[in-house]
Amino acid sequence: MMSDHLLSLVTFLPLAAALGVALVERRAEGAIRGLSLLASVATFVLSLGLWAGFDPAAGFQFLEDAEWIAPLGARYHVGVDGLSLVLVLLTTLLSPLALAASWRSVGRAVKEFHVALLVLETAMLGVFVARDLLLFYVFWEAMLIPMYLLIGVWGGPGRFYAALKFFVYTLAGSVCMLVGIVYLYVAKGSVGFDLGQLASGAALGPSEERWLYWAFALAFMVKVPLFPFHTWLPDAHVEAPTAGSVLLAGVLLKMGAYGFLRLALPLFPTAFWCFAPLVAALAIVGVIYGALMALAQEDLKRLIAYSSVSHLGFVMLGIASGDPLAASGGVYQMLNHGVSTGALFLLVGVLYERRHTRLLGDFGGLAAGMPRLATAFLLIALSSIGLPGLNGFAGEFLVLLGTFQVRPLWAATAGLGVVLGAVYMLRCYQRVFHGEVVHEENRGLADLDARELACLAPLGLLTVVMGLFPGRFLAVLDPTVRALVEGGGP
Amino acid sequence: MEGVTHYPIEAQLHWIVLAPLLGFALIGLAGARLGRGAVSLLGPAAPGVAFVYALDALQALRGAPEATVLAEPLWSWLDLGALSVSVGLRVDALAATLALVVTGVGFLIHVYSVGYMGHEPDGSYARYFAFLNLFTFAMLVLVLADNLVVFFVGWEGVGLCSYLLIGFWYRDLANSDAGRKAFVVNRVGDLAFVLGMFVAWRAFGTLDFARLNQEAHDDGGLATLCTLLFFIGATGKSAQLPLHVWLPDAMAGPTPVSALIHAATMVTAGVYMIGRLGGLYAVAPATLAVVAWVGCLTALYAGWVALAQRDIKKVLAWSTISQLGTMFVAMGVGAYASGLFHLVTHAFFKATLFLGAGAVIHGLAGEQDLGRMGGLARRMPVTALCTLLGALALAGVPPLSGFFSKDAILFAVGVSSVPGRSALCLLAWSAAALTGLYVARMMTLAFLGAPRSAAAAHAHEPRGTMAFALLVLAALAAAGGALGLPEAVAHGADRLGAFLAPGWAGAGHGPAAGAGGHAGLLEAERALMLRSGLLGVSVLAVGVLACTAWGGALEALFEADPGLAALRRAALGRFYVDEVYGAAVVRPLVAGSRLLWRVVDVGLVDAVVNGLARLVGLAAVALRPLQGGLLRGYAALLAAATVLLVVWAARGWFR
Repeated sequence: MMSDHLLSLVTFLPLAAALGVALVERRAEGAIRGLSLLASVATFVLSLGLWAGFDPAAGFQFLEDAEWIAPLGARYHVGVDGLSLVLVLLTTLLSPLALAASWRSVGRAVKEFHVALLVLETAMLGVFVARDLLLFYVFWEAMLIPMYLLIGVWGGPGRFYAALKFFVYTLAGSVCMLVGIVYLYVAKGSVGFDLGQLASGAALGPSEERWLYWAFALAFMVKVPLFPFHTWLPDAHVEAPTAGSVLLAGVLLKMGAYGFLRLALPLFPTAFWCFAPLVAALAIVGVIYGALMALAQEDLKRLIAYSSVSHLGFVMLGIASGDPLAASGGVYQMLNHGVSTGALFLLVGVLYERRHTRLLGDFGGLAAGMPRLATAFLLIALSSIGLPGLNGFAGEFLVLLGTFQVRPLWAATAGLGVVLGAVYMLRCYQRVFHGEVVHEENRGLADLDARELACLAPLGLLTVVMGLFPGRFLAVLDPTVRALVEGGGP
Repeated sequence: MEGVTHYPIEAQLHWIVLAPLLGFALIGLAGARLGRGAVSLLGPAAPGVAFVYALDALQALRGAPEATVLAEPLWSWLDLGALSVSVGLRVDALAATLALVVTGVGFLIHVYSVGYMGHEPDGSYARYFAFLNLFTFAMLVLVLADNLVVFFVGWEGVGLCSYLLIGFWYRDLANSDAGRKAFVVNRVGDLAFVLGMFVAWRAFGTLDFARLNQEAHDDGGLATLCTLLFFIGATGKSAQLPLHVWLPDAMAGPTPVSALIHAATMVTAGVYMIGRLGGLYAVAPATLAVVAWVGCLTALYAGWVALAQRDIKKVLAWSTISQLGTMFVAMGVGAYASGLFHLVTHAFFKATLFLGAGAVIHGLAGEQDLGRMGGLARRMPVTALCTLLGALALAGVPPLSGFFSKDAILFAVGVSSVPGRSALCLLAWSAAALTGLYVARMMTLAFLGAPRSAAAAHAHEPRGTMAFALLVLAALAAAGGALGLPEAVAHGADRLGAFLAPGWAGAGHGPAAGAGGHAGLLEAERALMLRSGLLGVSVLAVGVLACTAWGGALEALFEADPGLAALRRAALGRFYVDEVYGAAVVRPLVAGSRLLWRVVDVGLVDAVVNGLARLVGLAAVALRPLQGGLLRGYAALLAAATVLLVVWAARGWFR
């Protein structure tokens, strides 16, 4: 019985916990934090059951299908394939870490904070499991609200501008998508919103398909974010609290690429491959441009935000190259980016809690007094710049290897991003950790404590495990991604 | 092309790499809590244990048929249908030779470090040995890798350790800068290396060394392309033109690190790589010619620069670049075994020289300027003697180790069919002559004459572990040539060559290895040995004389002639390659990225977005009465809407 609804349980447990938290007395902050963390950890443990029971060769699993909005033909239809599953796990892993990281740093409106975070978790999971287009859209929009609040309420001094920018940007994209959904629903006739049937139903006219593709693609491009739709990201990250940044970078930035693979590719294959070179070009520009921007930044969070633009460029290049190896590498890179960048934002959060600044110039020489932090930061930075043996390399390697087989020059150009990655990351590391301590405030800072280590350890461990045994993870996602790419391949 | 027959034998090889990894993990995790004594024991024990296991592998190989390969498959890295990469270790003659050098010389340098780093605080002392063990691990992964991906893990891994150890004293930003420079310059080469892997996979459908060597062919120039790309990677790792710029700066690291990483082992990885892919390189003669020429030009250029340096470690660094160039000359003319022979002897004598320099620096309380040394032979006789042995070996004075290996290379160039052989020959001999000159200058300035500073006058000998390691390495530097005496000296004396050569059988390698028996060649080789021996001795003698007796006159000559003075300044300034990179790449990149950010990102993209938003904002003025402006209000509204939506959504489900 439970396994019949395991997926729904995983998806809605955080929301149920949010309702529970909402009932707790406002002053009982310990209970609020404890309950939230417990629910979130339980969600993760349950999601491991999905991983254990998953058969990579068998397509969508843990399916649940029930009537939802009968007059429209929309159904509560959920399930996971390899692509969804790994992203579900990424979400259930990062959410408790984000909560634990906020244990002390969030002291204002604690109850609302936890409700928002738990609602966000359910919304993110919903996006990854929905098999019904309307259901997908509901979750997609539902994500926006708690993230908007996280930035706008618990953010830094410029939070209003950043939150509004985030909201308007993504909403603009979403409105396009909504129009596309409605049009598609009408055009496809009586199949309802079921994704499988929408993909296989009556063919669309060529120009119709292209317009619809763009309605969806714009929403996804903003979310990725692809150059030149990226400028909301640095602002959002700089102002967001640590937990917001972790989930924004770790999970929300995967939504765009996921949308391309889950919706744009199967629904509009001809248009997708027709515009794939353009997407790839934007991705390559993003790889280089993001890295150059990261090189110019003085604010740690802004720097990491731009590095995300660069990394997500690799992801999109892999997906748009048309090569199944590159696409699998791109999806693997989504996970790697979630792990490393999630950890980077946790680390920056640690620094910010102690010094209340994120400017590179305010640090310097921290390695001597904070060896544990320096070591952890180094490991994650190396993972982020794709040191072989760690996770980032496996993803970048597959993306570039696969892309090289079809478009050697694309791969060679994007490869420059790997060199630039080392430039900006080591510069950042040096500015924070090397040299003499020049600011008195940096003396005697406490090194990582047990709670912080516990937050970072799973991610640090994953960078090594995912680097040494990428096959274990790729075996889960590769059949799905390969089928998607080859299904309508160029 | 006829494939090489290998006989893979299952073997237990993992302890060779695991020992230093465990050392790293233990020292790294426990750190100073282990106590200084435990770190001093564990640190050197890690490469020591690995050395014993490598000896074991060597024994197994020597007892087996020629061209045997010991193999240990470990796990599947990934298997995606088309692309399948496994993690595995393999040891053949070539890998065994390198593994012994890495662990043997590595062990001695770890031992030396116990004394040399003795002044460091506990935490930093433990960190040093953790890094050094990690380096040994990464280097052994590189050496024992059975395919390009695992090789690349070691390749970048040693680069990381190089970065960590160059910047070991990170409080000084100059050291940290030097580390970054090493990493980034190597990354440039590594990009080419990765692209080479992509070409190899496209052309041959495999990344395994054995299959690449067996199935190599050059249809459509793809083998040429991928070997060239690999070689660009090697110019980074092995500091050849034009990616050599990081190595002189790398001297910022502790001197034992310079000895181990930046002289004896890591920087030779490029040479090893060509040997590892000998079969593939053999079908790409154009690449080999490039390798030979780049190596030769680097050898000559670096020799010139070494002649002008004032810092004793910088002299040795440029000398290393020059000697690596010589090794590439050997690889380029197909004399793989001679190149590897020189790699081994160089590891001995250059490690000796660096450890000798380390003893000098240690004895002079950190002084590295040759101009402030002098007369050290009297104050530090043991160091002077050891360093002298290393220096004579480097200068190619018979019968020390470097003489035989350099001689083998010069001979191989002479009888090769490389394009532009005569010119290459001339340049290679000139580079060899330059070696004698800068060695003579360095030795004279450091050890002869009168002390030129208070520190030099009060220098003291190293003791204990430092002296031990120095003596052992000096003995190896002196006698290491016995590994590969040429056929011309005694039949069957080239044991290293005979051990290595079967691994390249059918790869069309040069005559240097196993060319035995041809009377005419033997005669020619004897004549050449005489000439090169004479050259080594005479240049050294001239050099010493020039620096002592005619020192003042030479100085005056260089000052008087503006051309000579400019030449000297140029050599001192490394012929301004760094300045060119700074002006052409580094500064434009930094300034360009700032400009791009301000102009394009903030000034253009964001301005457009904000402009649009302002337009919308104007339109929204009409709707303003709807908004209360209280954030709590929004929050409640949005939360309520979400809940309503979800309840509505779940309606059908619960019915």
